[in-house]
Amino acid sequence: MAAQIFSAIFVIIVGVGGCVAYFWGANKLVDLIFPSRGVAGAAAIDNLRRQGLVRPWLFVGPAMIILTIYLIYPVVETLRLSFLDRGGINFVGLANYEWAFGDREFRNSILNNIIWLAVVPAACTFLGLIIAVLTDKIWWGTIAKSLIFLPLAISFVGASVIWKFIYEYRGEGQTQIGILNAIIQHFGGQPQVWISLPFWNNFFLMIILIWIQTGFAMVILSSALRGIPEETLEAAVIDGANPFQIFWKIMVPQIWGTIAVVWTTITILVLKVFDIVLTMTNGQWNSQVLANLMFDWMFRGGGDFGRGATIAIIIMIAVIPIMVWNIRQANKETGGH
Amino acid sequence: MAVATGNSFASRFGVHIAVLIFVAIWTIPTLGILVSSLRDKNQIIASGWWNSFASSTQTEAGRLPPASAQVEKDGKFVLEGNIFGDGAKRDISAFGVKSAAPTQYLAGTTADLGDGVTLQLNADGSFVMQSPKAFEGDRGQRIYYASSAPPKFTTDNYRTVLFSEGIGRSFMNSLTVTIPATVIPILIAAFAAYALAWMRFPGRALLIAVIIGLLVVPLQMSLIPLLKLYNGVGAFFGMPSKTYLGIWLAHTGFGLPFAIYLLRSYIAGLPREIMESARIDGASDFEIFVKIVLPLSFPVLASFAIFQFLWVWNDLLVAMVFLGTEADQIVLTAKLNALLGSRGGDWEILTTSAFVTIIVPLIVFFSLQRYFVRGLLAGSVKGG
Repeated sequence: MAAQIFSAIFVIIVGVGGCVAYFWGANKLVDLIFPSRGVAGAAAIDNLRRQGLVRPWLFVGPAMIILTIYLIYPVVETLRLSFLDRGGINFVGLANYEWAFGDREFRNSILNNIIWLAVVPAACTFLGLIIAVLTDKIWWGTIAKSLIFLPLAISFVGASVIWKFIYEYRGEGQTQIGILNAIIQHFGGQPQVWISLPFWNNFFLMIILIWIQTGFAMVILSSALRGIPEETLEAAVIDGANPFQIFWKIMVPQIWGTIAVVWTTITILVLKVFDIVLTMTNGQWNSQVLANLMFDWMFRGGGDFGRGATIAIIIMIAVIPIMVWNIRQANKETGGH
Repeated sequence: MAVATGNSFASRFGVHIAVLIFVAIWTIPTLGILVSSLRDKNQIIASGWWNSFASSTQTEAGRLPPASAQVEKDGKFVLEGNIFGDGAKRDISAFGVKSAAPTQYLAGTTADLGDGVTLQLNADGSFVMQSPKAFEGDRGQRIYYASSAPPKFTTDNYRTVLFSEGIGRSFMNSLTVTIPATVIPILIAAFAAYALAWMRFPGRALLIAVIIGLLVVPLQMSLIPLLKLYNGVGAFFGMPSKTYLGIWLAHTGFGLPFAIYLLRSYIAGLPREIMESARIDGASDFEIFVKIVLPLSFPVLASFAIFQFLWVWNDLLVAMVFLGTEADQIVLTAKLNALLGSRGGDWEILTTSAFVTIIVPLIVFFSLQRYFVRGLLAGSVKGG
């Protein structure tokens, strides 16, 4: 273990030192090759121009190399692998895609992902908006927001243990130690094994993600709400609008752009949801989702890279519209700069 | 925004109640595991954690001493003693000798077990068993009793998970993964962000678009090719393919698009006049970056560092693909996931391990919330 700590410290030093040495050294090298000081006027200007051509690439170079290895190459390679067999050697055409759409587990995952997509972003945005509006009105709103925000720092695995404890089941009539079944039993209901209830178990898993992500929606929307000009709200009050009209007709339309950002951010997160399903059910009882199915195929029976890659591509296809929208949005914002 | 609703007392009261309910729903789950992790392990399964301050009643089983301990008294064979021995005493409310009826007799009464055999068990645990015939066998009578124990809080669970369940080691592994994976991307991203914000070169707009596109590329797209690549590199150099170096670089790669995006939008917003006056004074881009941009960017660097720290610490997927499952490599999240399988019903282990896992993010989060929120607001286009 001592060796491990030492190597971690060593890596920090080497990593940071290496970066500094690279940027500093490369910069010096450019200055040496194209000197701009101590040479005649025309040559200096020429060299300055050359420096201007080279230096940006020195700055973005390391980032580009890493991005290429870890993100750009894998995207292309995953697409290629999705047309190959399990070992990634023989070309099999569209066989993996045909398999996917004929596979019961895959179709179940798609269906579950659609339910997740329909429920979680909507629930988080809606709850986040309501809490943001309510906490803005009370003196202890900041503390309340902090506490609701807190689950965002908890890992999905940690959150799964927390909620598994809430859903814990004991036979009827026994002392329930899971708070949900204890409440149900207290009011005379039947305790249930929540995470294996057909169909509804999906919702009990979704609650975990909603619990984590509502704080995110709340913070972003709360800051957007504060940007609404006070006069608009005052004018509405003077015109006799009631709180619900103010909420739906004044506040919501004004922050529509922010709502869209929150919604798409959570949508992408939902498409990739993996940890919660793995730790709660591992896809049993018809609760499978694409990301967990993909992980499963990566290692199942020694791993089937073709099928795993195919599932990844399908997740990617779902993300592409959001990606295009993001890039357009960013281009509009940055404009010429 | 106080003008937005009616100012009647009822509506203000309603807002307080509503927020209180939301806060309760959002905090009770975490409170549950915190309280449970501090409870005695027998009490966790005997009563709900919300009852942890009340005495809990639990049914236990024990065995009376074997026949060899009997004494003959007034023509009867007698076994006497205390079922708690020298250990901690609990209040017994009822007892029985059949598992189907563990609380058949009240404490202090004498139970008739047939053939003239009688058994009396008192509230303090002392018992007297009498028989007209000598007891036989070297296994004593099985008995069941319901006892109530006062609330008991302990840090034993923490000692157990940290030192004998391997959570302590995993904690170190998580730190080993997280700190370099947080530090390394910062400098690489900062240089790139500066170039993309303030230097003019062909292809810059395209690069920015690519980075914004990469923000939302699912991690799943990278896993299989990188797994193959790592296996290939490992085989080529005759080294294991699952190493800390591998996961440091992987987290650096996955964190870079967000880092560049976040830092670029901040650095692009720095005042142009500062840069230009420095340039007129003859400073090169490198000097401007090191002496002006880096110090001014401290808040956004802190934001990114917190994000990356939380993201790497809480990650399960990357750790499961790029690190092994042996004690010297398994990180907290993966260990917790493994414990869920192997120690499924042992809530004292699970709640305590979960709390150890979330304590570091909670501390980071609470102490640096300001920077965290700032990063969240600046980078909310990110896919998470």
